[in-house]
Amino acid sequence: MTTSRDISFHLNGVSTERSVNVRKTLADFLREDCGATGTHLGCEHGVCGACTILHNGEPVRSCLMLAVQADGTELTTIEGLSPQGELGAIPRAMKSNYAFQCGFCTPGFLISIAALLQDGNRPDERSIREVLSGNICRCTGYESIVNGVIAVVAETEASES
Amino acid sequence: MKPPPFEYLVPETLEETLEALDGADDDVKLLAGGQSFLPLLSLRLARPSLLVDINQISELSWLRVGENQVEIGAMTRESALEHSQELRAAAPLIAEAMPLIGHVAIRTRGTLGGSMAHADPAAELPAVAIALDATFSMRSKARGERTLGAQDFFQGYFTTALESDEVLTSIRFPRIKPGAGHAIAEVARRHGDFAMAGTAASVTIHDDIITEASLALFSMAEFPLRAETAETALVGSAPSSKLFAEVADLATRDLDPPEDLHASANYRRTIGATCVRRSLELAVKRAKGRA
Repeated sequence: MTTSRDISFHLNGVSTERSVNVRKTLADFLREDCGATGTHLGCEHGVCGACTILHNGEPVRSCLMLAVQADGTELTTIEGLSPQGELGAIPRAMKSNYAFQCGFCTPGFLISIAALLQDGNRPDERSIREVLSGNICRCTGYESIVNGVIAVVAETEASES
Repeated sequence: MKPPPFEYLVPETLEETLEALDGADDDVKLLAGGQSFLPLLSLRLARPSLLVDINQISELSWLRVGENQVEIGAMTRESALEHSQELRAAAPLIAEAMPLIGHVAIRTRGTLGGSMAHADPAAELPAVAIALDATFSMRSKARGERTLGAQDFFQGYFTTALESDEVLTSIRFPRIKPGAGHAIAEVARRHGDFAMAGTAASVTIHDDIITEASLALFSMAEFPLRAETAETALVGSAPSSKLFAEVADLATRDLDPPEDLHASANYRRTIGATCVRRSLELAVKRAKGRA
């Protein structure tokens, strides 16, 4: 039985090659084989949103893909939102709005927010809430998270005008 | 690793896939978007000997909006359907169902054909297919292509007419006609959850009289049901709140819906009736707007 395959992909902009067992989920692969432990695993069946990453620029649940399916694709995890070890605009705005409590759900939220704000998109509060409904925070700190996103949108608008 | 061991194949063409499935038994599974199947694998509720990943087959991912119908390749992603303005104009019921399916990140991967073939009784897309009398095309190496109407395609809980050597290739929906309106209504515990009850409706109105009506109820039985007595009662009548209330009762009172932790059979009938009323009111309003 063929149990592993060689795959190549870009992880946060870095060209990467690995051999991977075909039955390993992408989430486990990122954490265990790539050291990208910022991707968190909560429910492991697509409900909680903690493992959300960008796959070719689109948000996906990494627990609902096999690692082998990442062959030839571009992946962005939470580590990719703050290159060079400095907080990116989204994590910074979330920090100043106290949008974290225990922090477990945070990577998934930040990736969902990054996906929402791509291509200069400026969502209203309703669309922000709609998109964030796909991520669960069991500390229930939703208000501060929504406020954080509103702040990022306002900051982008201010810097552009 | 959570999923059990399996052989893995990633064909690039439909022909290669049919070849791999030829003579296959139930141990061989197709992997479409995986948004329902990956959890089954991780929980080891599914233990395929061979997993055929059809995500690389571009010939199964397309959308054709014709004069009288809309045809969609089975591997077209839900997010693509959600954002197609062309589809929204030609078959609004499909686009309207999309935001109700999971969340953004689920619809990035989830596919039209995958949802149909999985046949979850609480899923929206099978109900849309039943309400619109969609036609399913499937193909096997041994028997070539065949088509089935939605009412024959869905056969029970998570069960369809697809044979183990077949691939669902495309689904055809009629284009919405002048004077027609579509609407979908559901009740779920949280946004994005599977519905506890829901309805998909299509109503055509001429001179303030309903001339055609179709109503599909989901999460109320082992697969989406057409409410035929209710449809008969609608046709030939003038739309009114009183009529919708009567029809909502007709559509739900004889059903024996499943019970679970979240909803008793009686509660499902009650919210099912509410969904009937809401979807009809909205469909009629839209039909009048398009007349």
